[in-house]
Amino acid sequence: MSSLKGWKDLPPATTVPASTSEAVQTGQWRSMRPVWDEEKCIHCLQCWIQCPDKSIKANADGKVTGIDYFYCKGCGICAAVCPKNAIEMRPEAEFIEQ
Amino acid sequence: MPRKDITSGNWAVAEAMRQINPDVVAAYPITPSTDIPMRFSEFVADGLVDTNLVTVESEHSAISACLAASVSGARVMTASSANGVALMHEIFPIAASYRTPIVFGLVNRCLGAPINIHCDHGDSMAERDSGWIHIYCEDGQEVYDTMIMAVRIAEHKDVLLPAFVCQDGFITSHCFEPVEFLDDEQVTKFIGEREPLLSLLDVDNPVAYGSLALTDYFFEIKRQQVEAMKHVEKVYNDVAADFAKITGRNYPLVDKYKTEDADYIMVIMSSAAGAAKETVDKLREQGHKVGCLRIRLFRPFPASEIVGALKGAKGIAVCDRAASLGAAAPLFTEIKGALYDAGIHIPANTYVYGLGGRDFFPHNAEEAFMDLINNKMSPEERYLGLRE
Repeated sequence: MSSLKGWKDLPPATTVPASTSEAVQTGQWRSMRPVWDEEKCIHCLQCWIQCPDKSIKANADGKVTGIDYFYCKGCGICAAVCPKNAIEMRPEAEFIEQ
Repeated sequence: MPRKDITSGNWAVAEAMRQINPDVVAAYPITPSTDIPMRFSEFVADGLVDTNLVTVESEHSAISACLAASVSGARVMTASSANGVALMHEIFPIAASYRTPIVFGLVNRCLGAPINIHCDHGDSMAERDSGWIHIYCEDGQEVYDTMIMAVRIAEHKDVLLPAFVCQDGFITSHCFEPVEFLDDEQVTKFIGEREPLLSLLDVDNPVAYGSLALTDYFFEIKRQQVEAMKHVEKVYNDVAADFAKITGRNYPLVDKYKTEDADYIMVIMSSAAGAAKETVDKLREQGHKVGCLRIRLFRPFPASEIVGALKGAKGIAVCDRAASLGAAAPLFTEIKGALYDAGIHIPANTYVYGLGGRDFFPHNAEEAFMDLINNKMSPEERYLGLRE
């Protein structure tokens, strides 16, 4: 929650300046979080191909580098397609920031 | 020169609207507020205003058109009653969230069944949590004056909230009485131009209204509305002071009638205050120290003003022209809450009166005052003018 604005900093009247969905943190909807284990990963990129939210981060060398949680809704496709069980789905409750 | 005329509460609203000359009026007629859009449509037809009058197919469409026009930067007004108000309900919280300063002539009428066209406050009380300002008026003069003041209050940059200007259906809306009008130029000068904060038609500063805000921002947006409500009392008082300068007519948040030294106070709203005040005079002649506190601003609720007026009393009678079936009546609940917060425990009786337009006579007010004077106090809801 800490990356979200407080009521004093929000624009008034429900408005969004120059509206775009790009800045909307849809990852807020997630209840299960994919957690990537670098040691098990063989960089087959199955998860990168299948992710519907472009949330698997990979570099120019074709290596997975992690998961971007900004849009990730926790659908679990990445964990399901992983041939090495390198992605574990864990309850979001374990990650609540106080 | 100010002119005085014999007019009705509805016609007074229409006359205020003619002088305000709003950009858009979208309305659908319903008794007892029909006179307002009807008379205003004559002003439109006669070319006396520049208003775009949108004739719609329902109240829901009326308030939706008002909402859209207001976020586009227009100055917008409308009117309705009872079931029309209820049909608009879905849009009211949206209008408040979008911070549209719509000024609304609300002519109070009960909500059926049974079908009934007469006054009680059930229609506007059902909207008390919708985020609108609520002002209740005692007579036609006050209705006229409040419509003009409400434009300034609603459009103030620290407020930006829609406002209901309530009057009692038929009792005030159709009663002809003397009303003093301002000159057109005085009204134009008093209200000024609307300066919209974020207009949809401002293509250089594009914004989207009403985007999806789920668990992330909905709560914060409600908190912004809470803050806007907190600014209303100060803005109201400033506008009322300016209005008094040009008219000599004073409209405090609450109308204190002989409450200063009163042992027993009746708390009431709108036209019934007339009978209450008459009864105060009669009982004072008999040596009873009684007073009447009329609540004008109901949302936001001016708790500290009210506590200040009631704190010295030995007993109070709170009279509601609306029932909350299954719980205490709305004004009574608010008064009790305000006193509790102030740590004041005054014996208080709760009376429901006037539902469906049942008349409220001085003898009804006297009955309630005599309960206080004779120390007949209890928490059960009582009814004035009801047959057993």
